[in-house]
Amino acid sequence: MLLEVENLTSHFFLDEGVLRAVDGISFDVNEGETVALVGESGCGKTIVALSLLNLIPSPGRVVGGRIVFNGEDLLQMEAERLREIRGGGIGMIFQEPGAALNPVFTIGSQISEVLRLHRGLNRREAEAEAIRLLGETGIPEPEKRIKAYPFEFSGGMRQRAVIAIAISGRPRLLIADEPTTALDTTVQAEIVDLLRYLQAQHKMAILLITHDMGVVAEMAERVMVMYTGKIVEVAGVCELFREPKHPYTSGLLNSIPRLGAGRKEPLRGIPGAVPDFLDLPSGCTFHPRCPIGDESCISEFPSLRSISPERKCACYKVEAG
Amino acid sequence: MKRRSQSNHLILLAALLPGVGHIVLGKRGRGIRLLVVTIAVILVMYWRWEVFVSAFHSTRIDHWLAAVFLIVSLAASVTYSVWDVRRLLTEIPMATRGKSPYQLARRRFRANRLAVTAVYVITAFYILAVLAPLLAPYDPSAITDVLKTRFLPPSMDHPFGTDAFGRDLLSRALYGARVSLSVGLLAVMIAISMGTVYGAVAGYFGGFIDNVLMRIVDVVIAIPTFFLMLMLVGIFEANLVFLVLILGLTSWPGTARFIRGEILSLKQREFTEAARAIGLPNRLIIFRHLIPNALSPVLVSTALMIGGMIGAEAGLSFLGIGIRPPTPSWGNMISQGKDALLVAWWVAFFPGALLALTVVCFNLLADGIRDALDPKALMQRFV
Repeated sequence: MLLEVENLTSHFFLDEGVLRAVDGISFDVNEGETVALVGESGCGKTIVALSLLNLIPSPGRVVGGRIVFNGEDLLQMEAERLREIRGGGIGMIFQEPGAALNPVFTIGSQISEVLRLHRGLNRREAEAEAIRLLGETGIPEPEKRIKAYPFEFSGGMRQRAVIAIAISGRPRLLIADEPTTALDTTVQAEIVDLLRYLQAQHKMAILLITHDMGVVAEMAERVMVMYTGKIVEVAGVCELFREPKHPYTSGLLNSIPRLGAGRKEPLRGIPGAVPDFLDLPSGCTFHPRCPIGDESCISEFPSLRSISPERKCACYKVEAG
Repeated sequence: MKRRSQSNHLILLAALLPGVGHIVLGKRGRGIRLLVVTIAVILVMYWRWEVFVSAFHSTRIDHWLAAVFLIVSLAASVTYSVWDVRRLLTEIPMATRGKSPYQLARRRFRANRLAVTAVYVITAFYILAVLAPLLAPYDPSAITDVLKTRFLPPSMDHPFGTDAFGRDLLSRALYGARVSLSVGLLAVMIAISMGTVYGAVAGYFGGFIDNVLMRIVDVVIAIPTFFLMLMLVGIFEANLVFLVLILGLTSWPGTARFIRGEILSLKQREFTEAARAIGLPNRLIIFRHLIPNALSPVLVSTALMIGGMIGAEAGLSFLGIGIRPPTPSWGNMISQGKDALLVAWWVAFFPGALLALTVVCFNLLADGIRDALDPKALMQRFV
């Protein structure tokens, strides 16, 4: 087990009240596998990613749980050791590829910085390695490009550079927070291919955070579905797409436009929107939007139970087996 | 083979008379500038040869410094000329010019003639100030035969005239420039570096630390510099170091405040988060990622502040609580000239004009930097 998250809870302490952005979630990631965390925008996915590295901005804070990476609890460790893990053990890719790069330094110097920090390379070695990494992430003429500034790169190239930085510390887990969302479709496909290639090369595990079911289907082995800060369904990618159990998952899958679907067939979205975190519905937070919910759902949030050896679901209406 | 010997000739030429090589190669602007510097250095050496030679076994550090400065600049211009000519000869002219945000800004700055002129004037003033011991035609505080030499109007012997004690005003203005210009530069360096680090730390850590640090800033701002000066001058002897410290240590809070604001907005940007996610320690995040991004307003305010500080020093010296006569500073020269304004206008006029010109040039420089670094234009491509 590479990463074991147990009952992770992250709250934001606002003037209006306590916002439970991540509300007691547990999951694990094995060595070398790709796990996807999916859900609509604003259901706490990014906060999970930030919690893993203890990077939640104030007034937010991880308030409970355990994050065991490679046998060490990230929440208990010294700041010094945590910095080694950040970038060295766990790499991270961000949504906006441009914004994650510092505008006033060259791409090369930003990669070298990490190489010198985490791998103790000297200036010359770091530059050579930066060229190699840029080449590995598919940037043509890397020996020239390391002298370029972020604004001279296109969106796709910036994302490649960000990926090069993320893998430069040789992490064993890569957290990819919406790695393709800000890119156009052809570039998305290239980035997905690149991530898969790098994963195979470096034997990295990937925690993929996205709302794009297409990317999930292409990359992930297991999928966790998240809603209002809780995990509502866990399944292998094939089972999930073939037979979604939780009504929220079905809703997500139904709202993907499909090639070959009848022209008359309307695209069905999930009615309503993600509720306000400060004013969550009682019981199962999905019940106001749920097609199969009834009175039994109003009192308490259903726990995440195993419904088959490989699947878990948090819904009163889903029977085991 | 022929080309090779030709280029060797060129390098020799560049070494003998820096600048000529560039002009032959078609780089006229750079060549003329190099040539002017070289000829000026050689002329000064030739004209003040005896002073120059005696400066080396002089006990006075400023004489020694001026002489060394001359030699270093001559050596530098020869070295640069040879290096650059060789580079021009061997390298194919680079098609891709530098495109870092600061290189782009520099290009925009160069297009601003007024600002470039201001830079030349300021540089010239600083060089004249360093070379004052070699250039000054008279000893700035020598008094001989007061009755015959007092209040002589500007002439060939005394281009700026003489003052009430018959001292040569050109010499005094040159020596005075050293005080005025160095006080401005050094005080601002103290203020800017302190303010930047202080503001960055406050803004980055935020919360309680920020609160404590900014309340201290409020207290420092509340201290009236002028009265502090008056009081301290009453206790200690006012000298250059003292003035620099007082001016520097009382004017950093402004910088700290606006740097803090810049950092507050920069730390919300994703690259700060990315820097933390990659495991950079806070120290590196502040110095390598945040401060460089906040540098443009710092540069502008540096230039503005130097102008202001030079003015402040002159003001304090004028009132007699800054640099004390007989050490000349532009401020105390104006002060001495004010009593004789009706009989000898030149005594106050020349230092006053120099002071005004310097401050105006620094303001023009600040304007130029601001225009060149306009964040909206910062990302604009220059292809």
